[in-house]
Amino acid sequence: MSAKIFGSGIRRREDPRLVTGSATYTDDITLPGMVYAAMLRSPHAHARIRSIDTAAAAAAPGVLAVYTGADTAEALAPVPTAWLLPDSDLQVADYPAIARDTVRYVGDIVAVVVAESRYQAYDAVDLVAVDYEPLPAVVDPELASRPGAPQIHDGIAGNQALHWTVAGGDVEAAFASADVVVEERIVQQRLIPNAMETRSAVARFTRASGELTLWNTTQNPHIARFICSAVTGVPEDRLRVIAPEVGGGFGSKIAVYPADFVTVFCAMRLGRPVKWTETRSENYQATTHGRDHVQQVELAATRDGRITGLRCSVWAGLGAYLSTAAPGIPTILHGLMLSGVYDIPAVKEDVYGIYTNATPVEAYRGAGRPEATFMLERLVDRLAGELGLDPAEVRRRNLIPRFEDGHPVVTGLTYDSGDYPAALEKLLAHAGYDRLRAEQAAARERGRHLGIGLATYVEICGLGPSQVAGAIGFQGGLWESAIVRFHPSGKVHVFIGASPHGQGEETTFAQIVASEVGVSPDDVKVFHGDTDNTPMGWGTYGSRTTAVGGAALALTARKIKEKAKIVAAHLLEAAVEDMDYEDGNFFVKGSPDRGKTIQDIALMANVSWNMPEGVESGLEASTFYDPPNFTFPFGAHLAVVEVHPETGQVDLLRYVALDDCGPQINPVIVAGQVHGGVVQGIGQALWEEAVYDESGQLVSGTMLDYALPRADRLPEIEVLSTVTPSPHHPIGVKGVGEAGTIASTVTVYNAVMDALRPFRVGAVTMPLTPERVWRAIQEAQGG
Amino acid sequence: MFAPQFGYHRASSVAEAGELLRSNPGAKLLAGGHSLIPVLKLRLAAPPALIDIGRLAELRGIAVDGGSLRLGALTTHAELAASPELQRHAPALAQAASVIGDPAVRNRGTIGGNVAHADPASDLPTVLVALGAAFEIAGAGGERTVPAAEFFQGMMATALGDGDLLTAVVLPARPPGQGQAYVKFAHPASRYAVIGVAAALTVSDGACTAAAVAVGGLVPVPLRAPSVEGALAGGPVAADALAAAADRVAADLGDDLIGDVFASAEYRRAVAAVWVRRALEAAAQAA
Repeated sequence: MSAKIFGSGIRRREDPRLVTGSATYTDDITLPGMVYAAMLRSPHAHARIRSIDTAAAAAAPGVLAVYTGADTAEALAPVPTAWLLPDSDLQVADYPAIARDTVRYVGDIVAVVVAESRYQAYDAVDLVAVDYEPLPAVVDPELASRPGAPQIHDGIAGNQALHWTVAGGDVEAAFASADVVVEERIVQQRLIPNAMETRSAVARFTRASGELTLWNTTQNPHIARFICSAVTGVPEDRLRVIAPEVGGGFGSKIAVYPADFVTVFCAMRLGRPVKWTETRSENYQATTHGRDHVQQVELAATRDGRITGLRCSVWAGLGAYLSTAAPGIPTILHGLMLSGVYDIPAVKEDVYGIYTNATPVEAYRGAGRPEATFMLERLVDRLAGELGLDPAEVRRRNLIPRFEDGHPVVTGLTYDSGDYPAALEKLLAHAGYDRLRAEQAAARERGRHLGIGLATYVEICGLGPSQVAGAIGFQGGLWESAIVRFHPSGKVHVFIGASPHGQGEETTFAQIVASEVGVSPDDVKVFHGDTDNTPMGWGTYGSRTTAVGGAALALTARKIKEKAKIVAAHLLEAAVEDMDYEDGNFFVKGSPDRGKTIQDIALMANVSWNMPEGVESGLEASTFYDPPNFTFPFGAHLAVVEVHPETGQVDLLRYVALDDCGPQINPVIVAGQVHGGVVQGIGQALWEEAVYDESGQLVSGTMLDYALPRADRLPEIEVLSTVTPSPHHPIGVKGVGEAGTIASTVTVYNAVMDALRPFRVGAVTMPLTPERVWRAIQEAQGG
Repeated sequence: MFAPQFGYHRASSVAEAGELLRSNPGAKLLAGGHSLIPVLKLRLAAPPALIDIGRLAELRGIAVDGGSLRLGALTTHAELAASPELQRHAPALAQAASVIGDPAVRNRGTIGGNVAHADPASDLPTVLVALGAAFEIAGAGGERTVPAAEFFQGMMATALGDGDLLTAVVLPARPPGQGQAYVKFAHPASRYAVIGVAAALTVSDGACTAAAVAVGGLVPVPLRAPSVEGALAGGPVAADALAAAADRVAADLGDDLIGDVFASAEYRRAVAAVWVRRALEAAAQAA
C-alpha cells in the first residue's frame, strides 16, 4: 500500500467539506460583540480631497465610528512593499492605509464606517460627504511614462517606480549580424484574479493582554503577521494570524492590504471585534490585478531558424501603489525567464515599472512567466512565418537538449533538469500534429479557417534559496518548515508553515508522509494556516508549497524513519545496521514477520518505557528546508481553434497540455491544477480584460462585464505529462500550480493567428473578442 | 452588495397586489427578482417597498386554448424551456428561454418580470415581437391587452403604467408548415444578447409563404425586420435566397444602435446580417 501511495490519485480530503458548504471561511467567523466595517472608496481615479464631512454618517443608526486618514495617520505605518528590488532605482511611494490628501485610483480608501450591522455600515458610508477636486488621470503604463503625463506621486519623475535590466551575451552584435529580425508589440492586458471567495478580515483585540487575532483570507499568514506587526505596532508574539478556509487566491491574497490594517485599527480603537468583507464590486476595484504589460519585442535569427538574440522593452503597470510583491513580478520572475527553453546566446530586456491611476498589480497565477513565455513563443511563431518553416520545426531547432543536472542559461539562472525535445515530440505525437496540419489544409479548401497553436515553456518555481531572496531584495526568507508528530496510537499530525488554499496539499502531504514511513494517508492530518500552531513558513505562491514545503516534509519524515529504525533495533535487540524496512515494518534483515510496525514504535517512543540509550522520548521531528536552487517545470501545449471570419468568433476545438512537474504525488490533483491553470490562461487570450476608461473608471466593474471562462466554451482538456525529477529535490518534485497558465495564453493566441494567416493580419490585442478579430480581418483586407 | 432598506408586502391575490401597488407609490413588484434584486444590491434604485407576487398561483402555468397559448406571468424560464406545449406550439420561445443566463437564473426568473423589465439585451421580447404576442395587464381601470409591438416602448420602458400588473402573455400557436428559431450572439460574461434574432418562416412546397423576423440586443427595442420579411415572402427558402434576404436587415435597424466595450454599434450593425441569416436557416430547417 504505502509504496504505491506516492503517485496514487486518491480523492482530495478537502473536498467533502468544500462541496457540502461546511468549510469555515473568514466571513463565517462570528464573535460575541462583533461589529462591521465598510470602506468608503474613491470614485475618482485621481483627485485631491478638499474636505470630508463625516457628521451625518457618524449620527446614522447603529454607527459606532467613522474614521478617515487623519485618524489612522499616526496609528498605522505606511503599507510596505516587501520586494525592494536592488539596482533598479526603486521609488517606493508613500502608501497610506487610508488616503489623506489625494486619492490615486478608483477604490482608494477614503474613510471607514463601523456599525452594529453590515447594512447600517453601508447605509452610513453613503452619508460621508467628500469634496473632491478631480485631477487628470492616466492608466496606460506606457502613456504614464511619457513626458507630460499626470504626475501621480510627488517626487517620482515620469511615474517610474523602477527601471531594471537583464542582459547576457552581445545582443547588439546578435542583431547586427542577424539574417532575419522579427518584432511585435504585445499588450498583456490587465486581469482581475477573481478568487471565488472575496477578501475578508476579522480582527479581535484584547486590551487586557494586548493580543490581536486576525482572521484573514491570505495565502501567507506568517508574512501577514510579520507585515501587520510592522504596520500596526502590535508585537509579533502578541499577534496571531489565522487563515481559515481560503477560497482561492491566484496571487491576489499574497498582499497584506490597507483594508486589513484598517480593520485592525478599528478593532483596537473600539475594543470590539470587527469584521470586514469586501463585496464583489469592491473586489474588482481594490483587490490586486495581474499582468498589465506593454511589450516591444524583437527576435534575431539565422536564415535556418536558429535564434541568436532577443531584445525587448516592457512597460509594466504597477497601479497606484506598490503592492507587497509587486516590484519582483515583472522583473525577477519575468526577465530571468526570457530565454525560455531555448539556447539563446544574447538577450537584453529593459523593464520600466510604472505607477498608474489604477488598482495595484500583484502576482497573478504565473506572475511574470506567462508574460515572458508569451513574448518568446509569439516571436518564435513570427519567425516561423517569416522563414516559411513549420512552427514545430523552428522550436526543434532551438530547444536545449536533454539535461539531468543543471544547465546554465544566458540570464544567469541554472535550470535544474529538463527534456524539452521529449516533451514537444510527445505532445505532437499525441495530438497527431501532421494529421492536424493536413486537416487544416483540407478545411481551408472548404472555406473553413482552422488554426493550430503551439508553445513550449519552462518556468521558475520552488522559490527559492533564501540567499538569493536576499540578493534580489525580497524582504523575507524563502525556506519552508514542517513538523511531523506521531501520537501513541500511530496517528500523525503534520504542521507546515506554507498555507495551501485550494491546491490540495492536505491530501498530497499526507501521501508524502505515508509513502516515506508506511502509515496510511488517512492517519495523517495536516495543519496549516495558523501562526500560533504552525511553524514559520513563507507562504503559498509561485508553485512553491510542494516544491519547498514538500521537501521539508519529506526530509522530516525521513528523520522519523531513522529514529524509528533505532528504536526498533533496540526493541528487537539488534544492531541498527542489521535493520531493514519495508512498508512501515522495521525488522532484522531476513525476518520481516518479526518486525515492529511504525505504530508499535510510535507507542513505545511515546510511553518511553524502554528507549535506547541517548534517544529522546516521543516520535517527532522537524526540518527547515532552504532549497539549493529553484525548480524549473516545463512543458509544451497545443490548441486547435476555428475562426469564423464573417463575425470574428473563435471556437476553441481542442486543447492538449503536456506538463512536466517531476514525479507526481497525486496525478488527479496535478490534472486539476493543470485544468485550472490552462483555463485561466485561455481566459486571458479570449475573454478577460480589466477595462478602464480614459478617466480611470473601471468599466468592467462587475461579472456582467468581465468575462470569465465558462465550461460550455471549453473543450475537454487533454492532460499529458513527462517525468523529469529535479536533481536537487528530496523527492524530485517541481511544482505545478501555475504550469497551465504559463503556456496556454500564447498557445491559444498562436492558434488564432495561425487561423488568420490567409488574411495576413498584424497583431491583434487580447482578449481576442469577435469584434477585434473581425476588425483585424477587415483592416487587412482594406475594408 | 447590500440593498438599502425597503418595505415588504406579500400579495395574496392579483387584486390585492394592485391595491398594494396603488397605495405604495414608487413600490416595485417582486417576482423572480432576477432584475430587481441586483439593482437594489448595487444601490442603483431604492424603492420604498417591494410587493411580492411570487406566490400567486393564478399567475402561473401554460395553457393552450385552440389556436393560442396563454403563459402566466410567473412562468419561469426553466418551465418555458421544458414545456412540451411550448416546444410544439412556440418553439422559438422555448429555445430563447433555454439560453437565458444559467440554470439558476432560469429557475427563478419569470417571463413577466423579464418583459416588464424590458432590457434591450433580453431574449424573450425579441421572440414575442416576432411571434405577435400580446400582454394582459391588470390596472386601476380594469384589464386590457396590449400587443407586443406597442408594449415595448424604449430601453427599459413599456406600456405598463403606475399601478399596472402584467398578468399573462398570449401568443398564437405555430401554424402548420411554420418553422421557428431563435439564435443569439451571447455576451461572454452576462450571456445577454449582443444580437438576438427570432424568425418564423411558413414554408409550402419549398417556398416561403409567410415570414416574421425580429431582431433584438443591438437596438433599444426589439424590431420587426420588414425588409427581410418582404424579401422572403413568396420566394424560395434556398440558402442564397435566405442570405440575400438577411442582408436586407441593414435597412431595418435604424440609427439608434447599442454598443459597448465588448461589441461596438458599428460592429453589431456590420455582422447583424450574419445572425439573421443563421436564424433564417434554422427556421427554414425546422419548417
